[in-house]
Amino acid sequence: MKLEEKKNQLQEQNLPPNDDNVMDEEETEAVSPWRDGWKQLRKNRLAIIGFAIILFFILVAIFAPLFTSYSYDQQNLADRLHPPSEEYLLGADHLGRDIFTRIAYGARVSLQVGFFAVTGALVFGSLLGILAGYFGRWIDMLISRIFDIMLAFPSILLAIAIVAILGPSLENALLAIAVVNIPIFGRLVRSRVISLREEEFIMAAKAQGMKSGRVILHHILPNSVAPIIVQATLSFGTAILEAAALGFLGLGAQPPTPEWGQMLADSREFIQLAPWTLLAPGLSIMLVVLGFNLIGDGLRDALDPRMKN
Amino acid sequence: MSTPLLEVNGLKKYFPIRSGVFGRKTGEVKAVDDVSFSVMPGEILGIVGESGCGKSTTGKSILRLIEPTDGEVKFEDRNILELPKGEMRKLRRDMQIIFQDPYASLNPRHTVEKIISEPLLVHGMKNSKERKERVRELLEVVGLNGYHATRYPHQFSGGQRQRIGIARALANNPKLIICDEPVSALDVSVQAQILNLMEELREQFHLTYIFIAHDLSVVKHISDRVGVMYLGRMVELTTKEKLYEDPKHPYTKALLSAVPEPDPDIKKERIILKGDVPNPQNPPTGCAFHTRCPLAMDICKEIRPEFAPVEDHHFVACHLYNDKQ
Repeated sequence: MKLEEKKNQLQEQNLPPNDDNVMDEEETEAVSPWRDGWKQLRKNRLAIIGFAIILFFILVAIFAPLFTSYSYDQQNLADRLHPPSEEYLLGADHLGRDIFTRIAYGARVSLQVGFFAVTGALVFGSLLGILAGYFGRWIDMLISRIFDIMLAFPSILLAIAIVAILGPSLENALLAIAVVNIPIFGRLVRSRVISLREEEFIMAAKAQGMKSGRVILHHILPNSVAPIIVQATLSFGTAILEAAALGFLGLGAQPPTPEWGQMLADSREFIQLAPWTLLAPGLSIMLVVLGFNLIGDGLRDALDPRMKN
Repeated sequence: MSTPLLEVNGLKKYFPIRSGVFGRKTGEVKAVDDVSFSVMPGEILGIVGESGCGKSTTGKSILRLIEPTDGEVKFEDRNILELPKGEMRKLRRDMQIIFQDPYASLNPRHTVEKIISEPLLVHGMKNSKERKERVRELLEVVGLNGYHATRYPHQFSGGQRQRIGIARALANNPKLIICDEPVSALDVSVQAQILNLMEELREQFHLTYIFIAHDLSVVKHISDRVGVMYLGRMVELTTKEKLYEDPKHPYTKALLSAVPEPDPDIKKERIILKGDVPNPQNPPTGCAFHTRCPLAMDICKEIRPEFAPVEDHHFVACHLYNDKQ
């Protein structure tokens, strides 16, 4: 009837089988979603500033020994609370240690804490999130309730509790921060997996006869990576802040390790006498966290297809 | 008559409704309620019905993409609902599906190459060069080009994406393909192209289709036999000629009278049904259609009519005809 006519019409006109008006030249290159995201990101000026800040601190951390003339624990008691000068670029602290040197070495500590804590939280959080989201039922119940319990405590309080049990040290602080961040990644991944599980292309993968492992690794995981990356970048900042907080409370890095939070705590008594002793570590923490947040926001906009137009 | 390729007996899928803190079962939606039919090798069986009548659930239950509640699905004389997981996975190379939404059914992070070659890999084609060749071959079979293999789904139009979906379904030379509204999401001009392609492929590869759709003219165009579903039940099943010329069930009559006529001068009697489709959570007793049926009798409220043949190859579930037997 109607369709028959249409079919005949189409055959008469001898239309090519490729429909619509999509560009169809052989030269068109394949645009992967990742490359597209990178393109978006490059246009975002704030994200580029974030990248610049982080790159700066990474370089400072790597090349710290090259441009510092002191060691981070070298005390010149005669120069206690020395104001910024040619000799001490950012001044000296209450034990006469060069603040510039300590900030540079402190960048190593902070970036390492951020990296390892976030990696740990990401790996274990994602694993648990996938288990909970994909298999559902009692597995989901169990894992989600544990996450709920962990999220019920303020994260810094939980971290303090963990460090209190394990004893104060940088490693334990790092561990505590990782643990505290697990439910954040876990819930994110879980919700992503649950919404992906209902997608037709996942059903299609099962219809092809794929095993659960393959469905998870090749279909669910690659589609969850974008939000995980965004969260990881944002968590990097939080983790550094939490490490600084633990350091401030004396539960993180132990002296003489140059840790920004601990440097703040040590200088707090001298805020009126020598404000530069607080300014440098405070600003460093702020800048690093700001840098990671700018990157994170930029990534979110670049990788979220809904933001595109 | 040869033996059917697929036999569905008393297929049921009830979705539980859970509520409250402990997720107690407080009811169920009878999405598919006792559906039986068989499909011969090489034929196209159309299934039509309104949205929510259980067409898609039927299709997905046959493939166990949705685990059916009860019933029997025999594929080449094996009840596949009893197969263990591993066996079922192997069998999937013979039973494929084409999905409704070509935008949702392709993984956005995979290239066309990967999308089409994955089923090959899963079913044992380990040689990547062989796979590559097969992908190119398949792309050409469905009217695309070999160089499309390196692109991503978002670089294609709806019709092209559906072709990719078809190529994926064809990858392992299946015997049966369930087409779950494969053209509903496409423009009308593209619909015709895809339908023609599917017909060509059927002849070329000796395929059998179960073609699910809500568009009566599409089903009429492509099917050999047509089944009509209403509220999770099959109400009529016969050859397409008989169904479109001599519909028996009052619901089928109403449905067909709603097909628009291109000629405005032709006066057509339209059967307007009263009310809405009842809630499948609480379907009417007896015949599910009795609440809206213009010819309802007392018996319709009490006894569910059997799905029985009234003529050769013409099954109807209606008391109007059961009496005459």
